Amino acid sequence: MAIKKFAVGCYDDEAVLFPAVDKVRNSGYKLHDVYTPFPVHGLDKALGQKDTDLHVAGFIYGLTGTSTAVGFMSWIFTSDWPINFGGKPHFSLPAFIPITFELTVLFAAVGMVLTFCYLNQIMPGVKKHVFHPRQTDDLFVVALEINDQTSEQEAIDFLKSTGTVETSVQIAESEWWYGRFDKEEEYEKLNPAV
Amino acid sequence: MHLKYESFVREPLVDGDKTYSQVTEDIVSPIEKKPGRMWYVGFFFSVVLLAFGVFSVFWEVYYGIGVWGINRTVGWGWDITNFVWWVGIGHAGTLISAILLLFRQGWRTGVNRAAEAMTIFAVMCAGQFPIFHMGRVWDAFYVLPYPNSRGPLWPNFNSALMWDVFAISTYFTVSLLFWYSGLIPDFATVRDRAKTKLRKRLYGLASFGWTGTAKNWQRHEALSLVLAGLSTPLVLSVHTIVSMDFATSVIPGWHTTIFPPYFVAGAIFSGFAMVQTLLIICRKILGLEEYITIGHIEAMNKVIVLTGSIVGVAYLTELFIAWYSQVNYEQSAFHWRIFGPYWWSYWAMMTCNVVSPQLFWFKKLRRNIPFTFIMSIVVNIGMWFERFVIIVTSLYRDYLPGSWTYYSPTWPEIGFYLGTFGLFFTCFFLFAKYFPVIAIAEIKFVLKTSGENYKKKMAAIDEKSTEEFLAEQSHH
Repeated sequence: MAIKKFAVGCYDDEAVLFPAVDKVRNSGYKLHDVYTPFPVHGLDKALGQKDTDLHVAGFIYGLTGTSTAVGFMSWIFTSDWPINFGGKPHFSLPAFIPITFELTVLFAAVGMVLTFCYLNQIMPGVKKHVFHPRQTDDLFVVALEINDQTSEQEAIDFLKSTGTVETSVQIAESEWWYGRFDKEEEYEKLNPAV
Repeated sequence: MHLKYESFVREPLVDGDKTYSQVTEDIVSPIEKKPGRMWYVGFFFSVVLLAFGVFSVFWEVYYGIGVWGINRTVGWGWDITNFVWWVGIGHAGTLISAILLLFRQGWRTGVNRAAEAMTIFAVMCAGQFPIFHMGRVWDAFYVLPYPNSRGPLWPNFNSALMWDVFAISTYFTVSLLFWYSGLIPDFATVRDRAKTKLRKRLYGLASFGWTGTAKNWQRHEALSLVLAGLSTPLVLSVHTIVSMDFATSVIPGWHTTIFPPYFVAGAIFSGFAMVQTLLIICRKILGLEEYITIGHIEAMNKVIVLTGSIVGVAYLTELFIAWYSQVNYEQSAFHWRIFGPYWWSYWAMMTCNVVSPQLFWFKKLRRNIPFTFIMSIVVNIGMWFERFVIIVTSLYRDYLPGSWTYYSPTWPEIGFYLGTFGLFFTCFFLFAKYFPVIAIAEIKFVLKTSGENYKKKMAAIDEKSTEEFLAEQSHH
């Protein structure tokens, strides 16, 4: 939870965004984040981000599902309450396969989606600052963090030099908080020091 | 950056002169406007049907399952027919959203959102039938393996009916998660351009506070890919397990190993037909002809003719095996199926599923919208008859001629079926009004490679020699 000041640059073409991101990373400004309306392939690499390990988490959840299903059904049919189904073996693994498969998929999917929400810090009721209302429409938004040592004007001029179509200076919460999107936050009142 | 070039041989996926903001405008504006008169009329009729369905189900629960036409010989009638039919319809949505994603079929982007919604609503409808077929519906939770006070006595995990419980509930949950994870960014789009406070608040909740950072998108892509990878075997397993409800029994006409692939092909066949029915209306009413193009409709018709032919081969294989096996019971089951008192259902199935889809070999007919619409309904009627033929005409003349019988539905059974139509269309109308019917972010993602206006700009590239083109691209 921190209220910070940002220099915000908006681009209207991903072809302009890529060289701009390179320039920002070499400029020494602290990059807060880049917002795009759709997945832009290669942007994570351009930002130097590592690949996500979400699929590894999914694999582990899947294994949990597999072992839960096999373990549970085996325990029930061999030890907790063995029932004779037409003289078939109590431990009838082939007949366990459909449910085992379903639980593998179920655990993997539910686990991954919850992990996805946790990692991205998204949930119903969570609010994050939207730097530009068109960042989910057609603008690619780059937000730089600025502090007492950085000149606002220089940061804006720098962003303009990278081909922005719109720039602004904004004071905003940098993390998420519980809030409603129909209410505007008044950061200046919360923290007059900024 | 990836190569922004696609061959001219491929039709554009998005027609017209579109920009990113135009895409948003086209897809989101129906949500912001008041719905037209057609929407109100359709929604009203759906709710009326739903209400009649609720009444029919109430009647059945109150007086018991004896109010249905099913009897000791034909224990599964319209209820299980409708269950299998609805589950099958759901399969096309997952096929489009998952399997076509893995196969990198670009055209899925225009139709996947609506198709996946159809899946979810169809599975909701399907689930009603086995639950109310239980008779004492208040005990329906007995199928769940929870530590109960009866021992605990567990359900039989070796039963195909129990597999169904797991398959259908997993299928519903995973489809819902897959669908909703794709909706989150699009809800954020609706939220950020909302003018009214209520809309901002509700879509703010629905969007989970999504802002679309690079890392968010990276994880979103990873999630979509893995969910697609999980859904692909899942969708095949679901109808396989549904077919095992029949195939693992010893009823002539049911006890065959061909059932799983045959049911899956039939499911995709009927599902695509339902997608056509819905989208042909949807694109017209919501003005989305430039996103759901004739090319999309043709692609789906190709799937229909393929799966229809697979189903046809399966029907003939069943007949061949009945003859080849030299088993009396199997042979008479098929004899009575074709020539018995239910001959009309067999021939309706054959005509609708095997003969009529063959017309889609003609390109002119594949690209003809009124014809496609009529065919989509014919196929769904045919597939309903297929389920009816498999279920009822395998049961009505069983081993003892003394218990041979004829089954016809009573009004609460018909009302229940109509009621699920009400449920399905009520949900679909609400979806069409309040949800982005087309995946906005995904369309924007393919716009610059497959949009008509961008493809035209590629003409200059097409004239270049390969060496020149490669030399240029390598500098990027």
